[in-house]
Amino acid sequence: MIRLNSKTKLILTVAALGLTMLWFYHLEQNPRANGYLIKILERSAIYAVVAVAMNLMNGFTGLFSLGQAGFMAIGAYTVGILTIPVEARPNVYYISGVAPWLEKIEIHYLAALFLGGLIAAVFAALIGVLILKLRSDYLAIATLGFAEIIRSVIASPQMDTITNGSYGLKKILRFETIYTPFILSAVCIFMMVLILRSSYGRAFLAIREDEVAAEAMGINLFTHKELSFVISSFFTGVAGGLLAMFMGSIDSGTFRVTLTYDILLIVVLGGMGSVSGSVIAAFLVTGGREYLRFFDEPLKIAGVQISLFRPGFRMVIFSALLMIVVLFYRKGIMGDTEFSWDGIANFIYRFLPTGKARRGNGGRDE
Amino acid sequence: MSLETVLQHVLAGISLGGAYALIAIGYTMVYGVLRLINFAHGEIFMIAGYLMIFSMASMPWQIAIPVVLIGTTLLGVFIERFAYSPLRSAPRMSIMISAIGVSYLLQNLATYLFTALPRGYPVIPFLKKVFQIGTISSSLVTFITPVITVVLVILLVQLITHTKIGMAMRAVSKDFETATLMGIQLNSVISATFAIGSFLAGVGSILYFTDRMSVNPFSGALPGLKCFVAAVLGGIGSIPGAMIGGFILGLGETFMVALGFSTFSDAFTFVILVLMLLFKPTGLFGEMEAEKV
Amino acid sequence: MNNGKPPVLRVENCTMQFGGVVAVDNFSMEVYKDEIVALIGPNGAGKTTAFNFITGVYEPTNGRVFFEGSLMVANRPQGKMKRFYQGDANAICSDVVRKTPDQITKLGLARTFQNIRLFKGLTVFDNVLAAMHMHLNSNFFMAALKLNRGEEKRMREEAAALLAMQGLYHVKDKIASSLPYGQQRRIEIARALATKPRFLLLDEPAAGMNPQETDELAAFIKKTKEDFNLTVFLIEHHMTLVMDISDRIYVLDFGRKIAEGTPAEIQENEHVIAAYLGVEDAES
Ligand SMILES: Nc1ncnc2c1ncn2[C@@H]1O[C@H](COP(=O)(O)OP(=O)(O)OP(=O)(O)O)[C@@H](O)[C@H]1O
Ligand SMILES: [Mg+2]
Repeated sequence: MIRLNSKTKLILTVAALGLTMLWFYHLEQNPRANGYLIKILERSAIYAVVAVAMNLMNGFTGLFSLGQAGFMAIGAYTVGILTIPVEARPNVYYISGVAPWLEKIEIHYLAALFLGGLIAAVFAALIGVLILKLRSDYLAIATLGFAEIIRSVIASPQMDTITNGSYGLKKILRFETIYTPFILSAVCIFMMVLILRSSYGRAFLAIREDEVAAEAMGINLFTHKELSFVISSFFTGVAGGLLAMFMGSIDSGTFRVTLTYDILLIVVLGGMGSVSGSVIAAFLVTGGREYLRFFDEPLKIAGVQISLFRPGFRMVIFSALLMIVVLFYRKGIMGDTEFSWDGIANFIYRFLPTGKARRGNGGRDE
Repeated sequence: MSLETVLQHVLAGISLGGAYALIAIGYTMVYGVLRLINFAHGEIFMIAGYLMIFSMASMPWQIAIPVVLIGTTLLGVFIERFAYSPLRSAPRMSIMISAIGVSYLLQNLATYLFTALPRGYPVIPFLKKVFQIGTISSSLVTFITPVITVVLVILLVQLITHTKIGMAMRAVSKDFETATLMGIQLNSVISATFAIGSFLAGVGSILYFTDRMSVNPFSGALPGLKCFVAAVLGGIGSIPGAMIGGFILGLGETFMVALGFSTFSDAFTFVILVLMLLFKPTGLFGEMEAEKV
Repeated sequence: MNNGKPPVLRVENCTMQFGGVVAVDNFSMEVYKDEIVALIGPNGAGKTTAFNFITGVYEPTNGRVFFEGSLMVANRPQGKMKRFYQGDANAICSDVVRKTPDQITKLGLARTFQNIRLFKGLTVFDNVLAAMHMHLNSNFFMAALKLNRGEEKRMREEAAALLAMQGLYHVKDKIASSLPYGQQRRIEIARALATKPRFLLLDEPAAGMNPQETDELAAFIKKTKEDFNLTVFLIEHHMTLVMDISDRIYVLDFGRKIAEGTPAEIQENEHVIAAYLGVEDAES
């Protein structure tokens, strides 16, 4: 075992952050040429927030919720509705017009994001009162059901003047640089980490490990489950808002159950109960999905058309990946451990020939 | 609405409900035995739809129907063997994720193989023949769906109460551990459960799609969820309960559409689910079970 | 023992019926301050069930439980149970008081479980810290934003001190489920103590321990009782241990109380001997 001292770790962390910033700066110098990469990175960062939020509920508290797409929709529509420039509204709501009370309200995107999260959290609190007492698998179905209800309400003709019904929203305020989504995502994830490391985080873990024992140790199940659900939904809502700004135009079809499944894939791949796992997996899955586009394109090798490669193959691979992870690598990339420089150091050490040699000589490892 | 239109809708409702009921039984039986929401059940139903399309392309319906039913049954058993049985001792959440994974995989596989565009469902001539009873007219399939459903449910209940495998199923769903200790062959009971559930989903699929006329890779997702709700409504584990839950949802949905709330007709199902779980979590015919500490 | 003082825990005419099975039948008992009281009886006698309705895991079908003079749990047959109730019709209780287990723990009762229910995947230290959560003073936002460093530090120190006192400090960073059985039992007791109880319920603390560990356990329980100023109520099959540490003993058989008294009285009691012999007959 290698134990790096805290100074080394600090230097490594600062260096890593510095390099990332430098890289972003480099990308931003030529946004046109790097547009594709920037898009992938931004989407990954946003998915990382949702994945960590889902993990907080599913991996850390042990409650199986599948309502992510619904809460993202709430956040996304809140941000969308409130950040479309007033002058652009008649153009967006060209079918049924915009509700008069809404016509002139346009707020700063940060306020809109916060509000999006807040509305999602309020919904979660209300829904939570109804369903958190259910057994875990009923909870999954009930949250899935709620997400569908939210989606169908958003798309209903009765909501035309607010959500523009099934036509969706466009001209939503977009990010100008890669820094905005990254800083906001980092702040969200950092806050969730703080929560998980607090006494409340330990209470969540206790509930995950054994509800009966947790209750016997004075942890009120309902309050803490509700808390976990509300926190998770708040950040899911914010991430939905970020997604709306990222995409610039959304409709209710964006928030189907498959979106939840995509996030679930990230959480499972990264490891239930690992924040850093979720973040790493968010980048791997999102990046992989983009870069593996060639699977969907017809491929010719030596003039022979390979019929395996055609639209849809990519998604088959990703869903098969989910199955493989669940069946054979149940712990995912990180299990329930977290990223640490020590971990990296030990990982490298293990593969260094000198490391092996030294270990053979009865080196300093335990 | 005139009485006539009301009756017409009632007929459509119980017909849809009958198909739902047949799918719901699969959920209720699997949940009873494994305590697992088989998220892939809706996709089994969808794949049965595609199977029918391809079988009918090359054989007459008299042969195509049994081929589809056998194929669907095998698919269900295979999925259990491949995706659920390795996880017997894993945490509940892992099995559920595996079920979601299978459902997602089948959807994507169907999209890849058959494209996302809807495919026309073949016409089985005699099922489509229009009948007239009094002032109500409809195709034969609408009339016979509820009848087939009720007959199958009666047969199934007989099977469960009187045969050895049926009794084993009941024992396993009452108390998983004790049943295994008593020497019940768990794996064969579970396979039989999946076989019956998938077979009924196959029947349901034929009846449902004959009425709807097209299949796409996502045709199974929403009906699947709805049928799970039907199973919860009837009381999970109860076969007659699942049937009645199916009929209630079918009728409810048909009337929602008839009254002009079609956008909310899906939401309606979930409202029912939540109300049910709140006021009578054991469902209409379910039994309470307490965790031993 | 009584000295005219009111009991700390009083169980009054409690019946617990699961479907048609009467697991505990019209059971009454008292525990006085500073006592060690044992509940014994053959397998399936209803001992754990009694613990469960005292600590709020189950609601008794009928009866009342008082803690430190105030009514803590009370119920009477309701709904369908009215028809199926097989208990004493004259002892039907009038109040209904429901409390969740965490509320009961907050009143000052803590327990362990017969089948050890540690937070298996967490470290020993985190097991204890999680049990201290209920005494957290700072609100959620303070705690989540790490504005309560002082309190967090104090909690950690207390947890470390508690583990040191129980001789478990050296395993504090081990994952709970990785430790030997006997140690897990002791950790479960330490975790229960972390909730700062005045009344401790132990469900078969010696089960699965080797003879040496069992011997140490007797001293351990007595010491813990003194150190933490506790009243102890325990279920145990290990008779030497029970006779050694208990001030008084209650005996259950098929849900009914068949005897109560000092260890000497219980050893003489013919009902008790019959109940235990009967069980041995059935087993052999
Ligand atoms: N949740 C429950 N549902 C149904 N029956 C139960 C439940 N809990 C306990 N019982 C029954 O109540 C009776 C008493 O059980 P209990 O666990 O209280 O016995 P015990 O005295 O603790 O036995 P042991 O010494 O074996 O631990 C048993 O017949 C048991 O099967
Ligand atoms: Mg017991």
